[in-house]
Amino acid sequence: MTVEQGIFLFIGFVILFSAFMMVTRSNLIHAALYLVLVLFGVAVLFVLLDAGFLAVVQIIVYIGAIAILMIFAVMLTRGNVTGEAISMNSVFGWGLLLCSLFGFALIIMLGQWPGAAALAPALPANWNEVSELGVALVSPQGYVIPFEVASVLLLAALIGAIVVARPPQKDE
Amino acid sequence: MIPLSWYLYLAAGLFALGLFGAVARRNAVAILMSVELMLNAVNINLVAFWRYLAPAEIGGQVFAIMVFAVAAAEVAVGLALIISIYRGRKTVAADEINLMKW
Repeated sequence: MTVEQGIFLFIGFVILFSAFMMVTRSNLIHAALYLVLVLFGVAVLFVLLDAGFLAVVQIIVYIGAIAILMIFAVMLTRGNVTGEAISMNSVFGWGLLLCSLFGFALIIMLGQWPGAAALAPALPANWNEVSELGVALVSPQGYVIPFEVASVLLLAALIGAIVVARPPQKDE
Repeated sequence: MIPLSWYLYLAAGLFALGLFGAVARRNAVAILMSVELMLNAVNINLVAFWRYLAPAEIGGQVFAIMVFAVAAAEVAVGLALIISIYRGRKTVAADEINLMKW
């Protein structure tokens, strides 16, 4: 077993354990902290996959923004949330059955796929991930249209979130 | 060297756990968190396939960036909705938000 494999197994265990704890804790603050652990583990996986820029984006966007937003939402909707007696809904047995079937089906199908044993090919010489990504995102031959559409989507989501979450005005 | 299948198995497990959370949790914020788990599993797959099958094409990473953007938008709107519902009905339990149930 190489060092990379050891790191992968450790991080994979941390991710799956934290994800399991996240979906089963009834205290939502604990669930949010386990979510942070999962997101950090995924960032480590990105580093193992030679995608360092994505790992940094993962930490900044997911842990720095999304997870903190989640914690804020948990605190703003307190009351019957933490210490809630029943954290699962009434049909969670069916959910458990559905998800185990789904997960085992995925794993069986993966086991039958011959390409799954592939090893990582070498990266091209003089590989500069950040400049490749930057050029691809703004070049007309690349992904400039999806990039601009994503920025419009983010603006719309920003304005929509403000409008939806604003308290009702008196004069409306 | 790590075979591709390890990443795919891990992503499959993470996706199944996220699906379970989204189906079974009562709290709407916890459901949003579980959706994040599923998006992360998809991202692992995207980046792993980029690295193992097409490392010369940057498209796989661009897809992952798009997933980041959509996830950020989804969380912002979702949490705004949850806070708005909480203001009106004083609950965030998904089975008590039944205003539009017929």
